[in-house]
Amino acid sequence: MKTILDKRQLHLTILRLAHQLLENHQNLDEVVFIGLQPRGVQISKRIVDTVRNLSVGQNIQYGILDITFYRDDVRKELHIANTTDIPFSIEGKAVILIDDVLYTGRTIRAALDALQDFGRPKKIELCVLVDRRFNRELPIQPDYCGKSIDTAYSQKVKVEWEREEVILY
Amino acid sequence: MQLSTKHLLGIKDLSSEDISLILTTASQFKEVLQRPVKKVPSLRDITIVNLFYENSTRTRFSFELAEKRLSADAINFSSSASSVSKGETLLDTVNNILSMKVDMVVMRHSASGAPHFLAKHIPAAIVNAGDGINEHPTQALLDAFSIQEKIGSLEGKKVLLIGDIMHSRVALSNIYLLKKMGAEVMVAGPPTLIPTYLEQALQVKVEYNLKKALQWCDVANVLRIQLERQNQVLFSSLREYNLAYGVSKKLLDGLQKEIVIMHPGPINRGVEIDSDVADSSQSIILQQVENGVAVRMAVLYLLAGKKAE
Repeated sequence: MKTILDKRQLHLTILRLAHQLLENHQNLDEVVFIGLQPRGVQISKRIVDTVRNLSVGQNIQYGILDITFYRDDVRKELHIANTTDIPFSIEGKAVILIDDVLYTGRTIRAALDALQDFGRPKKIELCVLVDRRFNRELPIQPDYCGKSIDTAYSQKVKVEWEREEVILY
Repeated sequence: MQLSTKHLLGIKDLSSEDISLILTTASQFKEVLQRPVKKVPSLRDITIVNLFYENSTRTRFSFELAEKRLSADAINFSSSASSVSKGETLLDTVNNILSMKVDMVVMRHSASGAPHFLAKHIPAAIVNAGDGINEHPTQALLDAFSIQEKIGSLEGKKVLLIGDIMHSRVALSNIYLLKKMGAEVMVAGPPTLIPTYLEQALQVKVEYNLKKALQWCDVANVLRIQLERQNQVLFSSLREYNLAYGVSKKLLDGLQKEIVIMHPGPINRGVEIDSDVADSSQSIILQQVENGVAVRMAVLYLLAGKKAE
């Protein structure tokens, strides 16, 4: 067990990601933030809250997306779907997808498929808290990354939201 | 988490956890149906045959649409336009279809127990779309989903089923489901259309006075008078039935509360329900039809997911 980000580092990382997002997107009316179910919900809430605090008075659109019905392993294991809530159009917008850990890339592949069913965004960017960079199974890379780490397939990375730490098991 | 059963033959075989899982999954599919592209790829490796040995519009379209929204390949069969008229048996017909690599069978049949028979003899997953006077499980599930959507959890709710309880598979499935989910159930109708054992066997209340029954309930599910299933005269005329058991606006206005009105369709307007009630704001008849697609998507998704074992 190893701590990848402690509480203070996690706060700073979220603050940095929020700043980077704002740096790249001047007009927030053209941007929508989408957190991925289930584990990207917490981190996306934190990042979006930070973005809100840094850009008071601007309207920020935030939704959550569940990709269960787009998984490529439905016949291997039955997954139970979570709620999707995207109460706005993504047509022509810049979509910022937010998840906690980028691992094989398969969840993001499913998310890209799912987003197509909501419209045609101008662009899609990926923001993750932790990037397990050598475990990728698809050609997918993050645009915003909290921390990049080298891990084995046998290991697990977990964001412990009660303690506000990221742990490698 | 997954369903405890390989087939959906009846509500009788489901646990309350199974029912909750189907209803929760249905609410996620209902959201899918609001999207610009109302389709997900989950079942694109699955082929489903819709075997309808008995007429249906709502149920067949609803299943077919659910299959298409899940990206499954669907083939349709109706007995009148098939080799059944040449004398082929049910098992032969199904085995011939399955040899074309079909994974699931959705079946409606006029004989009670036909899908149960099939489940014993073929490897595919079977969904009962109504068997004789036994069960119509997806109808009960969509009724439950619609009640939940309108007035919240089923627990402790008072649900009234009105009409031809004897010949109604919708009634039996509804009774099983509502009891399993903690609702109170009452049936009302002419004594000739209510089986005598019902009260003891299924712990439902029986009431022969429609006004009293309506006074008691939160939700009234008005069943269709099934003229095709009655080979004896169980009430003297449709007009007399309407006078004694037809749900009218006047009856509802006298209740001092607004109850939810449901009907599984097709409606006999002016027989079991009057037009102004069926089309009123307290009726959720069209929402039931809308929810049917999401509920059937949930059932097919959850059953297909078990295939790999």
